[in-house]
Amino acid sequence: MHEMALAEGVLQLVEETAMRENAQRVKLVVLEIGRLSSVEPEALRFCFAAVVAGTIADGAALEIVDVPGVGWCMSCGEPGAMDEVFGACPRCGGYPLQPTGGTEMRVREIEIE
Amino acid sequence: MCTVCGCGAGETKVAGEARDEAHEHVHVHDDGTAPGHAHEHGGAHAHPHGHEHRHHEHGVAGDLDYGAGPAGVHAPGMSQARMVRIEQDILARNNAYAAANRRWFDERGILALNLVSSPGSGKTALLVRTIESLKGKVAISVVEGDQQTSNDAERIRATGVAALQINTGKGCHLDGHMIAHALERLKPADESLFLIENVGNLVCPAAFDLGEQHKVAILSVTEGEDKPLKYPDMFRAAGVLLLNKCDLLPYLEFDADLAEANARRVNPKLTIFRVSATSGDGLAAWVSWLEAGLAAQRGKRAETVDGLRRRVAELERQLAAR
Repeated sequence: MHEMALAEGVLQLVEETAMRENAQRVKLVVLEIGRLSSVEPEALRFCFAAVVAGTIADGAALEIVDVPGVGWCMSCGEPGAMDEVFGACPRCGGYPLQPTGGTEMRVREIEIE
Repeated sequence: MCTVCGCGAGETKVAGEARDEAHEHVHVHDDGTAPGHAHEHGGAHAHPHGHEHRHHEHGVAGDLDYGAGPAGVHAPGMSQARMVRIEQDILARNNAYAAANRRWFDERGILALNLVSSPGSGKTALLVRTIESLKGKVAISVVEGDQQTSNDAERIRATGVAALQINTGKGCHLDGHMIAHALERLKPADESLFLIENVGNLVCPAAFDLGEQHKVAILSVTEGEDKPLKYPDMFRAAGVLLLNKCDLLPYLEFDADLAEANARRVNPKLTIFRVSATSGDGLAAWVSWLEAGLAAQRGKRAETVDGLRRRVAELERQLAAR
């Protein structure tokens, strides 16, 4: 359940920003979660709802932007889509693929008022 | 509870004491950096991170732009919804603590390793064997992470080495902040070996950098060959894989070559050792690898010390020339 720790990390960033901006409340939180990151979006959604209760972000909508995995194949030297960190190259079927995108776990922006 | 960073809010216990005592430590600022100055909470024990003080530096996200709302205008006294860019890694805070720990280890020539595996792979037994091989040659200290009990720290202490138990309570992993606290307690010697046995869990500890030089994953041959494929994040994050309990291979259908191939499929850069903590087979190669790592950290420290000496000499020369 490290999604709980991650949700707390999100809340910290949101609270700091909201306080700095003198916000009254947070309406929306936008995250970017890569498909190759170690986060399960549904678990994170569940934990986020639990940790924001009673905070400035209570009731805020959570938007998770899905970032597709991209890798570079060490066998054929071509870039390709990756669904799993141990996935095979879609072009030549070789291994291993070095992920070049889709590993991010970021708070992109928040909507406040 | 620390009101600045909120640490100690959970059930984490360091060596049996709740982590909500007064203390000084690094606080991470909004820009994700840990400037390393100590906040006084009336605490008694000093934090080992001695870096110079920097004031809060807020990034572009700190700009107040009243024209940035959906309406593009701002009427005094009226609230309007607006978007604020944050663009920060969710783990930025942990990563800043980890970076401070790593700098601290490097400055002192300490080799720090983070041992990760499923429960029951033989981490503690391996640690005990490793300590027995090395304890005459290098100072060693150990952090033991478990949800409950101090059984593992007691096993380590029986070898004569200092060990600190961290109980994570409901938590599933150690984090950079816990390790910063552990450094205050254990005060590892310069040029020593610092071993962190993480909570037995092949999922969560992968994401949390502690400031170690390497994660060392331990897979035992009583588990499945496909474990690196089932839990790829951990095997990707590791620099070393110890395939443990190899003395049992004659009695099992475990294909060690296949397990290694699966691990390399996830992480081609893995250094793999086949070992047995019970029989001692293969441990010599692992211990040599540790000795090489210790030598490399000593070299890093010597570079830092030499660099500082050169700077002092240069400044003294400039001063004398005045």
